[in-house]
Amino acid sequence: MFQASALNKRNESVQKLYRMLFGMMTLMLIAPVLLILGTLIAKGGGAISWEFLFTAPTDGMRSGGVLPALLGTVWLVMVALMLSVPIGVCAAIYLSEYAGDNWFTRTINLAIINLAGVPSIVHALFGLGAFVIFFGFGTSILAASLTLAVMTMPVVIVATRESLQAVPQAFREACWNMGATRWQTIRRVVLPNAITGILTGVILEVSRTAGETAPIMFTGAVFFTPFLPESVMDQTMALSLHLFVAATQVPGIADEVPFGIALVLIGLVLTMNSASIAFRMWLRGKKKW
Amino acid sequence: MHGRQSKGGAAASPIKLAVKDLRISYGKAVALQGVNLEIHEHEIFGIIGPANAGKTSFLKALNRMDVFNTGMRVDGEIRFNGLDTRHLKNVYALRSRIGVVFPLPVGLPMTVYDNVALSPRWRGITNKAELDVIVQRCLTRAALWDEVKDRLGALGSLLSGGQQQRLTIARALSQEPDLLMLDEFSIAVDPVTTMRIEDVLKELRQEVTIILVTNLVQQARRLADRTAFFLNGECVEIGVTEDLFTGEVKDKRTRDYVEGRFG
Repeated sequence: MFQASALNKRNESVQKLYRMLFGMMTLMLIAPVLLILGTLIAKGGGAISWEFLFTAPTDGMRSGGVLPALLGTVWLVMVALMLSVPIGVCAAIYLSEYAGDNWFTRTINLAIINLAGVPSIVHALFGLGAFVIFFGFGTSILAASLTLAVMTMPVVIVATRESLQAVPQAFREACWNMGATRWQTIRRVVLPNAITGILTGVILEVSRTAGETAPIMFTGAVFFTPFLPESVMDQTMALSLHLFVAATQVPGIADEVPFGIALVLIGLVLTMNSASIAFRMWLRGKKKW
Repeated sequence: MHGRQSKGGAAASPIKLAVKDLRISYGKAVALQGVNLEIHEHEIFGIIGPANAGKTSFLKALNRMDVFNTGMRVDGEIRFNGLDTRHLKNVYALRSRIGVVFPLPVGLPMTVYDNVALSPRWRGITNKAELDVIVQRCLTRAALWDEVKDRLGALGSLLSGGQQQRLTIARALSQEPDLLMLDEFSIAVDPVTTMRIEDVLKELRQEVTIILVTNLVQQARRLADRTAFFLNGECVEIGVTEDLFTGEVKDKRTRDYVEGRFG
């Protein structure tokens, strides 16, 4: 009665084939990550030391450390997050929870998608024109972070909107039927259940912001400064630009320095991401349906 | 048997809800039209009819949920406690006086306690002791207290289907509603829980007016004092429930439906 027919057997082997195909593709994903990390650690691991992390570059960047660039990148990412997360999240809440489906919101959605598709060098020119010159912020952390914020805003908006829309409509209807306003519903039911998805968007944004080079080279990051940034109006070094400079513009630099810088950049991004992932897991443990 | 006395009582009670020439449409499609009815205080008013009859649209119109459905248009007059709800500015106050129970149970993703305390908190009650009393009372009246009293901190959305439906009822009761509307509440609930909820409703009629939309004609027969039969967007008949089954009916389709000859 339960004898496998020829068709059963064929289905079974086709299923095995696909399973293997998908599994292999997944393995291939891991390969570049391991290769990149492996190369960086092998070639740049030797450069990493407390001195490398906590001193300024000396001798035309050939020796010394990366502290101004490291702090500069932290400043740039933090200020960009402070600007783009509130605006992006609020805009996404409006689009998802308040706005109807009409030509106006469709235009805005189109604009967001287009904004995400603009190359970063174009954002750089926009930032130079708008923030550095027109608003008169000069080349500063503020101008650079604003440029980064504009550039990464679509990521925050899309991630937030997606996670808001993943909250079942029945939850909203239940609240509205009880006489709750839209805001009461968002505050008590929608946001608490979308927050982990929103954080995912923020994590993606951190990674992208920290690594960008083009948008900041015209707007706030400098080739070299021995000073640590003290306010958002200061110019600063940044790891990404520093890496580019050390790798291509400094003759006679030790091979391990650019690799060391790259390792610090990756380490910084991973540290920031781990913090938000830990926060997300903590939230997830608290809320679940 | 239970119906006799309350029917007399219902006729004497004041009118809770009066609907006149109600017409609900979505764009060009008319969901319901020509509805004229009055519902009395402390009455259980049944609405029966097959799918697409306009039953759910009717409940939405009463609760002014048309505000949230851009395509939905409601014409005619709906008077709740004598006030025309169509021209009401504060629809939130209206909705907070009407409790709604949905076909599929909706346990909100928060604790059992918070589910029931949600509406009182929105009303501005913050005192813990006061909230405790409300939560216990509502859960008890919804016949759920004994099952959840030891795990009020558990997530409401992780209760079983039948428990979630009673949680939904407790949440509706926490609004201290004038009117309770149940939309096919037994669809996702086992027969035992259905009977328990029906018992709860019989108790509740002392305090609130109930509109019971149901696809089970026998449920309407068991509970409702009067029943309306909706079919394809029109209100075919309104009458004392028992009459729809055994007495005179105006429309042949009513008898056909309650006796299961179509639908």
